[in-house]
Amino acid sequence: MRKIREGTVIDHIPAGRALAVLKILGISGEEGLRVAVVMNVESRKLGKKDIVKIENRHLRPEEVNKIALIAPTATINIVKDYDVVEKKRVELPSVIENILRCPNPTCITRKPREPIKPRFRVLSKNPLRLQCVYCGTILTAEDIVEQLIGG
Amino acid sequence: MSETKPDSISWLSRDVVSILDFSRSELEYLFDAATWMKRRLREGSVPRLLGGKVIALAFFEPSTRTRLSFETAAKRLGAETIGFTGEEAISVAKGENLADTIRMLDGYADAIVIRHRYEGAALYAAEVAEHPVINAGDGKQHHPTQAMLDLFTVKELFGAIDGLVYGVLGDLRYGRAASSFILALTLFKPRRVYLVSPPLLRARDEVLEKLREAGISYEETESLEEVLGELDVLYVTRIQRERFPDPSEYEKVKGSYRVTRRLLEERAKPELKVMHPLPRVDEISFDVDDTRYAAYFLQARNGVPVRMALLALIFGAWR
Ligand SMILES: Nc1ncnc2c1ncn2[C@@H]1O[C@H](COP(=O)(O)OP(=O)(O)OP(=O)(O)O)[C@@H](O)[C@H]1O
Ligand SMILES: [Mg+2]
Ligand SMILES: [Zn+2]
Repeated sequence: MRKIREGTVIDHIPAGRALAVLKILGISGEEGLRVAVVMNVESRKLGKKDIVKIENRHLRPEEVNKIALIAPTATINIVKDYDVVEKKRVELPSVIENILRCPNPTCITRKPREPIKPRFRVLSKNPLRLQCVYCGTILTAEDIVEQLIGG
Repeated sequence: MSETKPDSISWLSRDVVSILDFSRSELEYLFDAATWMKRRLREGSVPRLLGGKVIALAFFEPSTRTRLSFETAAKRLGAETIGFTGEEAISVAKGENLADTIRMLDGYADAIVIRHRYEGAALYAAEVAEHPVINAGDGKQHHPTQAMLDLFTVKELFGAIDGLVYGVLGDLRYGRAASSFILALTLFKPRRVYLVSPPLLRARDEVLEKLREAGISYEETESLEEVLGELDVLYVTRIQRERFPDPSEYEKVKGSYRVTRRLLEERAKPELKVMHPLPRVDEISFDVDDTRYAAYFLQARNGVPVRMALLALIFGAWR
């Protein structure tokens, strides 16, 4: 792919997670955006990595947080006029709100018609483990990947 | 920078959601207050420390013991109570959501005691309400006031909570009293904790994690017989039949966790105390009731003075 003029490059994605990142961003290809996916390329820092380049699309903060859940090593590069004008590492917030749903069916966050947002605290970043603030249920990295990109 | 508030101030207007919301020193302060309440109850000289207060008892799930003991505690201290229980709750709410019911009660009362079948309901209620919210049981998760009266009872019986060997028996997975008791022990220094249950009903990960974090020596086992001889305290809880996919499995388990006088006389230390949050089904046979081991009736009676102490501290009425 030629260089993009305007858009986002998500670099240093753990090898094999590029499609998951696209899925999280809701990009299926049918939007008509120009997207390049590079998988399993050599990386000095990670051994192997994936890269996703999306033309004419910028990420909202909550999208960046979601990416942090499955690709904690990723960097987000904002490209303007062919140059990287801003580079930031994704960062896991200490509380994850609204992104994940609690797997416990009798958690108060699953009760219909309550104005309540699911909320998880980060127990550990590596390996990633989250805990529902309300019911205490623990989510492992696998649970999280499964839920965000599952089936 | 350490900025520790005196316990009398840190208790003021507190929500009581999980036993882990409290420090050891705050709990010890509560036990002092409960001892004082107990003496005043015995002397028949309880002052009306909560005169003019209204306490809402919102029992979305049916309850006898816990509700009555809260009601008694409130009334002994001169407070009024309002509220509902179980079936009634459905008509009170008429399809109203929990948040709206809590807002209504928050408008009427000075504190809300809540029991609900969803885990996290009490925390949610505490977020919605301005007045203090006390968790009287949220699903399978927490039952902090039960843990408070349990520890108070241990302290009364042994003079200390530290240094003892505990066995917690029964449904450690779905039983909120058992979970809260185990969590409460992480605030103290038990010598050892045995978690005795069938594999299906093992303590939840988040509870085991707290034991590990606190550096407590614990062991999970299926066999009561093997550990009984070491125990100072045996905390028995009910195993619910409906948890078992296969009824014959339940029958096996039920038999192996039956605490009888004979078993205790054969295997237990003479100082062992048997506790139970009650109601029991048949996990402790009636012939244990009049032995030196039985502590569950004392434990049940302690519900009132401990909850009196709790209410008095939250309203800043005791120091
Ligand atoms: N205009 C562009 N179109 C497409 N990809 C680009 C563009 N500019 C940079 N990139 C890609 O974005 C990523 C970051 O670019 P940069 O020039 O900052 O590389 P770097 O110095 O290796 O960064 P890092 O230190 O984050 O690894 C690289 O993968 C690069 O190939
Ligand atoms: Mg590079
Ligand atoms: Zn939950």
